[in-house]
Amino acid sequence: MERTTIDLWFGAFVIAGFAALLVLALKAGNLGAERPASTYQVQARFDNIGGLKVRAPVRSSGVLVGRVAEIHFDNERFQASVTLALDSRYTFPKDTSASILTSGLLGEQYVGLDAGGDEKKLAQGDRVSITQSAVVLERLIGQFLFSKAQEDGGKK
Amino acid sequence: MLDRVKLALGRLGHNFIDGVWRVGAMTRFFAQVIAASGTSARRFRLVMREVYFTGVLSLIIIVVSGLFVGMVLGLQGFQTLQRYGAQESIGVLVALSLVRELGPVVAALLFASRAGSAITAEIGLMKATEQLTAMDMMAVSPMSRVIAPRFWAGVISMPVLAAIFSAMGIFGGYLVGVVLIGVDNGAFWSQMQAAVDFRYDVLNGVVKSFVFGIAVTVIATFEGFDAPPTAEGVSGATTRTVVSSALTILALDLVLTAFMLRGDA
Repeated sequence: MERTTIDLWFGAFVIAGFAALLVLALKAGNLGAERPASTYQVQARFDNIGGLKVRAPVRSSGVLVGRVAEIHFDNERFQASVTLALDSRYTFPKDTSASILTSGLLGEQYVGLDAGGDEKKLAQGDRVSITQSAVVLERLIGQFLFSKAQEDGGKK
Repeated sequence: MLDRVKLALGRLGHNFIDGVWRVGAMTRFFAQVIAASGTSARRFRLVMREVYFTGVLSLIIIVVSGLFVGMVLGLQGFQTLQRYGAQESIGVLVALSLVRELGPVVAALLFASRAGSAITAEIGLMKATEQLTAMDMMAVSPMSRVIAPRFWAGVISMPVLAAIFSAMGIFGGYLVGVVLIGVDNGAFWSQMQAAVDFRYDVLNGVVKSFVFGIAVTVIATFEGFDAPPTAEGVSGATTRTVVSSALTILALDLVLTAFMLRGDA
């Protein structure tokens, strides 16, 4: 097949476009980020999840070990039921506790796991029983004011 | 006095009806272009030739303006973010605004004024010099030989140009943020990667530019095809192409963004 300059330019153009898209995907986007090959899911119930969202990170000692897979409201216990998809490379003791934390003062919320001392490990479908809810700023301020008022009342 | 009001109202009504007529005719024209696209697929070389004229020759303006837009975003973003001590987030700001909005929109605006106007002028002049009529006489359909290849070339070029624009813009932001101002290199890229999602941000930008590509080329080819066959008519059609493409791009962008925004973000 005869080759023309137009072919060369067209090829270069399309390749440049794909290269740009690749840069956007790998260098600017999260496509290159490591995705866990296999995960296992555990449940956790919280009284209040604050602003936690699906796909929020799950961290232990600050390291990303999984993501929040699902959040729904348990209408029998009136609690939030959160499903965590944890990377199969990491295992945690059965008495691991989960708490909802905030990265930085105003950052996104994530689930923090603190390992316990149990011999048995968490497996697919297990439940994390020790949980700590998100800190709601209004309640915190309310508690502070309440205790302040009590102190003042005691002095009188 | 009353006559003058009557005249003004009449002109207003005429313009309105003309606008509505134009929308309808353009839709019919779009359907005809799609129907006449068989030749473009069989003789792909026709499309490639047009990609060279509309896409490849637009590369310089796209690359240079992408670089400048990214650099300005970096400078302006730094000024504001510095106040909150969040200057490392400059990568997030530059990348998200380019990939989601500025890349597709500004690239489409540049494409409309660089390539869209050229398409309109070319087709309009072909019509004025009766080349299209001559083709019809030789039983060559101008729709499939002239219009459809230009349409498909625009549809192919637009996403490519928008992606190049965004990539160059991020590079410009990097130049200003990291090289010039001295934001930490690692934080710049890692925060960007944590914030930019491939599906929601990058692919949605590509979808946007694809839609803009269709809109701009349909307007440009239609205006050329519809232009009165005079020098004045062709110049008026070229102006209309740039104006109505710009308005269409911005209006479509609002609609597309409203559809694409996630509820939780």
